[in-house]
Amino acid sequence: MSVPFASTQLYWYLTRSTGAVSLVLFTAAVVLGVLDVQRVSSPRWPRFVIDGLHRKISLLALVFLALHVITTILDSFVSISLIEAFVPFIGSYRPFWLGLGAVALDLALAVTITSLLRARVGYRAWRIVHWLAYACWPIALMHSFGTGSDADTLWMLVLSGFCVAAVAAAVMWRVARGWPSHIRARSAALGATTLFVLFLTVWLPSGPLGPEWPRRAGTPSNLLAHSDTGTATR
Amino acid sequence: MSATLPRVLAGIEPHGALTLDAHVVTHGPLKLAGHGRRRRTAPLIDEAERAGLLGHGGASFSTARKMRSVVAARGRPLVLVNGVEAEPASEKDRVLFECLPHLVLDGAVAAADAIGADEVIVATRESLGDAADAVEGAIEERRDRGVRISLATVPDAYLAGQETALCSYLSGGALRPTFTPPRPGERGVDRRPTLVNNAETMAHLALIARHGAGWFRELGTDGQPGSTLVTLAGAVRRPGVYEIEFGSSLAHLIDVAGGSDGPLQAALIGGYAGSWLTPAELSSVALDDESLRPLGATMLAGVVFLLSGSACVVRETAALAGWMASQSARQCGPCLHGLDALAGELAALAEGYGGQAPEQRIRRVASLTARRGACAHPDGAVKALLSALDAFPELFADHARAGACTACDAPAELPLPGWRLPDARRRVAA
Amino acid sequence: MAVRVRVNPIACEAHGMCAEVLPERITLDEWGYPIVDERPVDGELVEHARLAAKSCPVLAVLLEEQRGPR
Repeated sequence: MSVPFASTQLYWYLTRSTGAVSLVLFTAAVVLGVLDVQRVSSPRWPRFVIDGLHRKISLLALVFLALHVITTILDSFVSISLIEAFVPFIGSYRPFWLGLGAVALDLALAVTITSLLRARVGYRAWRIVHWLAYACWPIALMHSFGTGSDADTLWMLVLSGFCVAAVAAAVMWRVARGWPSHIRARSAALGATTLFVLFLTVWLPSGPLGPEWPRRAGTPSNLLAHSDTGTATR
Repeated sequence: MSATLPRVLAGIEPHGALTLDAHVVTHGPLKLAGHGRRRRTAPLIDEAERAGLLGHGGASFSTARKMRSVVAARGRPLVLVNGVEAEPASEKDRVLFECLPHLVLDGAVAAADAIGADEVIVATRESLGDAADAVEGAIEERRDRGVRISLATVPDAYLAGQETALCSYLSGGALRPTFTPPRPGERGVDRRPTLVNNAETMAHLALIARHGAGWFRELGTDGQPGSTLVTLAGAVRRPGVYEIEFGSSLAHLIDVAGGSDGPLQAALIGGYAGSWLTPAELSSVALDDESLRPLGATMLAGVVFLLSGSACVVRETAALAGWMASQSARQCGPCLHGLDALAGELAALAEGYGGQAPEQRIRRVASLTARRGACAHPDGAVKALLSALDAFPELFADHARAGACTACDAPAELPLPGWRLPDARRRVAA
Repeated sequence: MAVRVRVNPIACEAHGMCAEVLPERITLDEWGYPIVDERPVDGELVEHARLAAKSCPVLAVLLEEQRGPR
């Protein structure tokens, strides 16, 4: 049984686009989540609307994530199997960076399933698992820098920059409001966020934006283009 | 045993606890009538129902109904004797433990037998060390079969005697009330159906087991049969624990206790969740719920605190409000905010800083506070505070207008111990 | 099928979403906590009551099924 459009680059384009859209939607979900927990509301935007938006946009992000995963698997240029989407670091194509995507997917599923079954799971268990969303997002971002075909393009960099700025601002606000209660957790979050942003500014130029990133990231040699042909690599 | 007093306090000795032998001499041996796990009731439960026995811990709930609900619940039942007595002015449970522990234990063992429980826990407060020692001594003397009796102590706090808080603490959790349902009768200590009865209720049960419902009803009123222990405290010559029959006169009790030194200013009936009575009311009222209800009061756990003529009702009420706020578990928004607000308003009113129409504000906040918490603490506090406003409107109006009066300098009379719930959450307002 | 709305006051943290979703039965006091009208809810309002229970961030809103006359 053959996959339709297998010989074209359709799935490659779809996985890139749905990946980017997922990143934007998950960014919106995190920001809305922070607005939700900070009890932001106005007459035009009552609490249940912000909360409803957070839930619905998260689900929408998950839909795009599912499409991103499916089209990656269907793309024939690189062989990535279904199991690699869930079990990290076992593949042959950029195992570490792809694996980060699998980790992010697992975390997102944990958050989603506990949220859908919140009444069964109970408030405390649900809340603890929900914190994992703060880990899921940066891992997904690193996955996009590491495996993204468009990681070195200007539009993707600008888009990623806005996403990082939005999440960093939301987290900083979450940490600052209510300071200094739970000071250890807040300090840890503040430190981690600052370190992460600094890390990105230092690592990006020498990493994905640097020379021969596909090879350094673990693209199998048979897929690498030769530098003299100038063919774009994937 | 004839239809006279004393009943519960029969045979009490001035010092020390009655030994098991002396107890049996006074009351005769305890005969157990068996349980009805499969039959939904038991002889003792039926007898308690015919006797009309109500709880003596404050809620006045039908003991028979409570026992039946534990029998109907799933799981291995257990009996919890609530001798925590966290009402500061009350002494009856302490007296029972220190002097007549076997009567209480008889009741607990009979209750255990009736509901098919094999375990009895007796709970008391940490600072009632002598009571705990006496109970432990009594447990060692006993020769009951098929039931294990143990003693547990809980920290000093007003809510420590609240049934769900007590069960939570004894299950290894926090000493704070829990949301009901489920009630302890369904799920209590270690999630087992728990029969929680006040120590005095157990004492009455022990006597009903011996002498029957008919005997029990020979004293008291139709609505509240039998006798009860009253702690008479405050401005009276011989304060202490007295056994009376329901429906007897308060004025007579005060006489028996040697009368008061001077004119009385007020009486607080039922403890800190009770109601204030004016001198005219207290001199004519009978001690039973039917007589007290028209005056806005009930017996609750039987504490009668007499305020002397030299005290200031407004100042005492303000102090009580502050104390009740400090004893909140601070789990429920309306309770923690409402009681704090009421304490603030009353303190300001007492000093004359109440601003415009303080009484209106107080009643409004009170209406937002009562019946909106997980337990009855805010309800009781509101009831006590509003009853003061109702009984002494001119005094409160005077203070609102002119501030502290000459009596405000007198020493405080209501005992307000510095108790704190362990790890009471310092809940920040949302 | 009618339901009655109850709030667990211990779990409640005054988020106020329940009052937005079911103002017919829930209003907020001056401290942000819900004042619940315990009259049963029926008909179209039942769905809103279920949404109120679902949208409470701390799962403090509970619904009790009433066996009404049928």
